[in-house]
Amino acid sequence: MSRSPISRRSFLTASAGLAGATALSSLPLAARAAGKLTVGFIYVGARDDYGYNQSHAEGAAAVKKIPGVKVVEQEKVPETVAVTKTMESMINFDGATLLFPTSFGYFDPFILQLAPKYKDVRFEHCGGLWTPKDPRNVGSYFGYIDMAVYLNGICAGHATKTKKIGFVAAKPIPQVLENINCFLLGARAVDPSITCQVIFTGDWSMPVKEAEATNSLCDAGCDVITAHVDGPKVVMQTAAGRGAFICGYHANQSALAPDKYLTGAEWNWGKVYTDFVETTLKGGTIDNFVRGGLKEGFVKMSPLGPANSDAARKQFEAVKVEIMKGDYVVFKGPMKDNKGKEIIPAGKAYPETDVALESMNYLVEGVIGSTS
Amino acid sequence: MNTSDIGLWGVPLAILGGAVRVSTPFLYVSLGEVLTERSGRINLGLEGTLVFGAMAAYAVAFHSGSAWAGVAAAALCGAGFGLLHGLICSLPRVNDIAIGIALMLLGTGLAFFYGTPYVQPVAPHLPAIPFGNWSNVPQVQAALRVNVLFIAGIALALLMAWALRATRIGLMLRVVGDSTDAARAMGLRPNRIRALATAAGGAFAGVGGAYLSLFYPGSWSEGISSGQGLMAVALVIFARWSPINCFWAALLFGGAGALGPALQSVGITQGYYLFYAAPYVLTLGVLIATSSPTQATAGAPGELSITK
Repeated sequence: MSRSPISRRSFLTASAGLAGATALSSLPLAARAAGKLTVGFIYVGARDDYGYNQSHAEGAAAVKKIPGVKVVEQEKVPETVAVTKTMESMINFDGATLLFPTSFGYFDPFILQLAPKYKDVRFEHCGGLWTPKDPRNVGSYFGYIDMAVYLNGICAGHATKTKKIGFVAAKPIPQVLENINCFLLGARAVDPSITCQVIFTGDWSMPVKEAEATNSLCDAGCDVITAHVDGPKVVMQTAAGRGAFICGYHANQSALAPDKYLTGAEWNWGKVYTDFVETTLKGGTIDNFVRGGLKEGFVKMSPLGPANSDAARKQFEAVKVEIMKGDYVVFKGPMKDNKGKEIIPAGKAYPETDVALESMNYLVEGVIGSTS
Repeated sequence: MNTSDIGLWGVPLAILGGAVRVSTPFLYVSLGEVLTERSGRINLGLEGTLVFGAMAAYAVAFHSGSAWAGVAAAALCGAGFGLLHGLICSLPRVNDIAIGIALMLLGTGLAFFYGTPYVQPVAPHLPAIPFGNWSNVPQVQAALRVNVLFIAGIALALLMAWALRATRIGLMLRVVGDSTDAARAMGLRPNRIRALATAAGGAFAGVGGAYLSLFYPGSWSEGISSGQGLMAVALVIFARWSPINCFWAALLFGGAGALGPALQSVGITQGYYLFYAAPYVLTLGVLIATSSPTQATAGAPGELSITK
């Protein structure tokens, strides 16, 4: 048997050094970083998906411009234990002390389990529902994009001639159902006879099914179409190709069909992330539960396209002013779901900030579709 | 946009339209796989070839401004992947199924790596022939907008069926696929013929990918194929290695895929997850119905590693 090229002594020296380094890395990271902040962003899909992940990556790009801040990013991290590994690697190797794991499924259990182990690291999650029993170094933030979708609905209500509008949706989760309902309620604020047809594709990114769904909606007579999938590009292109008007989602998709693009509901994470990072740099703490809408600049509208009528522009701007004031209520009783069951009794109202809306499980009257 | 309401008639129409729109990638990949398997090899890597072809076609079409240049690039890349598979499998004691899986992962991985800058730009589309212009119903017009590649695919299926039956090349391919010993006795070189057949099969799959990114759904993204390349390989067994049957099977799968959205659009909304499973249930059903406990899979080439 030949001798190992590594002697026993040198192996011991090396491992002692390694152990020392490990001990060092568990020191308070803020002290080690010495005035410089490292921020980690984690995305579930490709950073350039022209949709959800891109909206967050654009937020990260805004953070990069802040002096004294280093940004590390990792894309295509599945909602599994892989995200725990990515977070630990960002903390231990890059020295990140502020993390933005942006996908819904990262929150429970991965962030909630890791947070107690790294008390000096701040975990900021998009879309989760933080409650006071969760770790203090975890926060959740989200934007009330449903009000922006409501404004989409107003433009759609003015543009539709068939009085049928269409929605291509991925999965029947609360945030998606809220958007579908708001799209119809916005259109019904223009004309109460409008109906909204929804088609679920079953997953966040299914381009062929999304195209089929869009064609089916056009075949069924829908002439304004929007979507809630990760990358709405296929839906927008297919719908515009069939002559329907489109309302964007996640990002500004007007370049795909400028003549058909009415408006769109966009995320504005750049502002949110810049605020968070600046608060951290000043030594302050971010609230554990942060929500905001059009008023707070968490979401924004695409500029109105040329296809909007003057009446549409007028109503759009008027309602937008109301929403910006705050307290604009869309979900108020009496309201029935599309099976005829009363969901909100007369006299009861849910403003956009009501947490009850974040567990929505119904489609309102006038939506043609089913949650299961 | 016309306002005509065609009600429940929309469902068969959507299935027909969906069959024509969605079937083309299935058709090309399965024809490519028939060619490969008839020569006695299995190439499971066509999913990767399909995805890489979609990316290459989109990128080249975007930069050159010509969709047809994109199709040519996809065919070339597909042939490259096929040739790689064919050459590696020519080495002794190499398992073609394992190489296929490796190439599938390589193809999708490379496509994602090089494809990132092309998610957002808009590339020119392939032209379609409006066969539905006789009708004034917009739904019919939309369903019958048939892409040139679909028609070329039908022609290719017919040509392959004839060539396999009646030409010298077809006979060479079949003898190599059915018995390596007989082929050697005839003075043929099985490995070379198989490598060429796999390369041609790869080129077909690449064209299938070009259809995905340049016509329907008509844009490049990482989820573009959603496993269509894998289903098309299974479809070859379903079609009993016959190019003509591949065409019908591809239509069936395309139509079954359109069932879910079409039913939801006319208000049949309960249980859409079940409708989405229709193509798979259909495959299972047909395979069970046509299986036989007494004889080997009819029509299978003799040298195929799964039937040997």
